[in-house]
Order: sequence, then structure tokens, then C-alpha cells
Amino acid sequence: MSSHDNHQSATTVAQKPDTKAIWVTFWILLGVTAVEFLIAFTTDSKPFRLVTFILLTFVKAYYIVGNFMHLRHEVKALIWSVVFPIAFIVWLVAALIYEGGSILGSH
Amino acid sequence: MELLTNNRRFGEWWIKADDGHESRPKVTVFKRKFFISGLFLTSSLRCFGKCFLFAPDFTVKILMASHSVSTSNVNLWGGGVEPMKASYGKLMMWFFLMSDTFTFSALLITYGLIRFSHPAYAGPMDHAVFSQEYWPLPDMVFNGIPFLHGVHLPLVFVGIMTFILIMSSVTMVLAVEAGHRMDRNDVQKWMLWTILGGIAFLSCQAWEWTHLIMGSETGQMVDGKIFHGANLVRNEYGPPAFADLFFFITGFHGTHVLSGVVLNIIIFYNTVIGVYDRTGHYEMVEKVGLYWHFVDLVWVFVFTFFYLI
Repeated sequence: MSSHDNHQSATTVAQKPDTKAIWVTFWILLGVTAVEFLIAFTTDSKPFRLVTFILLTFVKAYYIVGNFMHLRHEVKALIWSVVFPIAFIVWLVAALIYEGGSILGSH
Repeated sequence: MELLTNNRRFGEWWIKADDGHESRPKVTVFKRKFFISGLFLTSSLRCFGKCFLFAPDFTVKILMASHSVSTSNVNLWGGGVEPMKASYGKLMMWFFLMSDTFTFSALLITYGLIRFSHPAYAGPMDHAVFSQEYWPLPDMVFNGIPFLHGVHLPLVFVGIMTFILIMSSVTMVLAVEAGHRMDRNDVQKWMLWTILGGIAFLSCQAWEWTHLIMGSETGQMVDGKIFHGANLVRNEYGPPAFADLFFFITGFHGTHVLSGVVLNIIIFYNTVIGVYDRTGHYEMVEKVGLYWHFVDLVWVFVFTFFYLI
């Protein structure tokens, strides 16, 4: 933090906004959403829609967490501390796909 | 009065009265209310935890007081100790967001579980009708947009909402970037756009809820009479669980957006009166930015699971 402070006075005026990466991420997110809309309006195949929509959602999640939340540029320990616990959610999904039917018992 | 063991609809036991009328037992309604109050209790506990998140020094003092350690000569979080090259506040924000990830995942997984335990609609797509017997097609439910009454435009309004939230996420990250440059004017400008985006999103959601609660003009036969719109007990679009889950999950997300807007306003105010120029860094903008992006991230998933699939 202290080294951060020392640089302030010298760089406050000189620095120009560097926003190219932000706008690239924005266009990617918008593009993926547009593709989702295209698929939603043009295709009827249920399994195809299910798989594509979920995959594209994770593509968007990657860009939001990686670029907007800056996780891609954090240290490895922090990245894994955040990403690894998602395994519990994957486990819950897998468990429910395997035997969720017996909970509500319709099928 | 008998319990219908062969009519176990939607995971609920129905009751058949002596005159042959079938109805949902009162206990189910009670169960639902019980579940709602439980959720409010857990979320208020979590909000209490959030207070500690924003007051690290206070938290450390409490922790040390409970272990009878003198606070005068120990300075654990005074700076310089950053195990993951991220400050205490940022790290705690990450772990708080992780706990929130679990909450939202559990809600969305519950949605998936209940949805796929109901029969899916199998008829023609172009003139689908609602029924209590199967889960509704999202295209047929969320098809209105403001000022165009009665026009069938599936996904358009929710597309606008998604765009607003992604856009406000962009302005937030621009505010963070301006904070790195210590550019107070830019931070103010982008924070203001972010607040406006958040308010616009909440307004859209208010319209969306009203649209669903009021329902269509034709309505639908529910429990023996014509019913318009939706509440937590019955709705014209499909099984009661459909509206329950919609109000719950979008409501929970909307509450997060609301607290995000409040945090953004506080940060904006602090920026305007020059608090962060005096502190020497704009890290608070980053921390609240993390929260705001997370809210956007959750919407991406809600959008997929409620509207697309």
C-alpha cells in the first residue's frame, strides 16, 4: 500500500484511461447473449438448447469473473480458493441428477 | 375426507372431501410460510455477518477481546500482511461472495429439481396453453413489454434487463479503473451511471413482477375457478411451485441488486466528499465493484435457467 501511495502524486495527471480490455469483454458478453437469443428464436431441439445455453452461460461467467472481477490477475492461491469450492456445487448437481427423482418421486 | 394416495400431484398430498372436491391441504400452505420465515431468518443472520465484513478492525478487536489478548501492541490487520496479495476487505468480500454463490446455486438447483419433477409441455409450440398439469414454457409466460399491451414478444423485455445489468457492470469496472488512476471526476461519473443502471434494472423487475402478479385477461381454471395472475399459493401459468420459485429467486436477486445500489450510493457520496482522496486509494470502489459484478453474474444464471431453458 505504501509504495502505491508514493506513486500517486507523480502519476495522477499523466495517466490516460486504459479501457480497451473492458470494452472487449463487454462486446464478448453482448455477442454471447446475442447468440443465445438467436438460438432461442431459431431452434426447437430441446437437448441442443439445454446444453448450448448452459455452456454459453459458463462462457459469460468466465469473462465476468475473470475480467470484471479481476480474478484472472490474482495470485494462484486466491484463484483456487475461489474456484475449488464450486466442486461442492458440481457434486450436488451430480447427486441430484443421479437420484433426485426419488425426492419428489414423479418419474 | 380422505388423503389421496394415488393423486400425489407436484410432490404434495391432496385431500378429497366427502363431496368429492379435491383440494390442497392447509399444511402445505403452512409449510411454505414456515420455509419463507426460515429463509428470512438465515438471510438476516448473514446480513449481520456482512457488518463484520465492512468493519475489519472491529472484528479483530472482538476476536482478540474474547481471547483476552491485549490489542495495544498487536496490529494484525494494520496493513502489510496480505497472504494472497489482496487486502483483508477484498479477501473477505471474495469469501462472502462464495457463500452467496452457494445460496444462489442451492436456489437454482432446487428450481431445476422441482421443474424436472413436473411433466414438461409436449404440445405444439406456437399456441401453447397454460395448465396446472405441466411446467409452463417461459416464452409464453414472460412475453410482455411495457406500453405494448397484449403483444407477444418473448424474451425481449428480459433481454433489455440483461443489457442494462451488463452495461452497469461495465460502468462499474470503468469506475474501478478510474480509481486506480486516482481520478475523482471519472470515478464520480461512472459510479453515477452504475447507480442509474441499478435503479433502471430494479424498475424493470418491478414491472416484470407486476405483469406476472396481475396475469392475463383470460386467466386459467385453478382449484375450480378462474384465476388471474400469480401469488405464492396459486397461479394461472402452471403448478404453484413455478410462481413460488420465480418470486423467491428473482426476489432474492433483486434484494441483492437493491443493497448493491445502496452500497454504490454510499461509495458515490464518499467519492464526492473526497474520502478516498484523503485515504490515498480507491479500494472501497473495488470491493463494492466485486459485489456488483457478482450480482450481474447471478443474473446471467437466472436469465439462463428461468427464461432461456
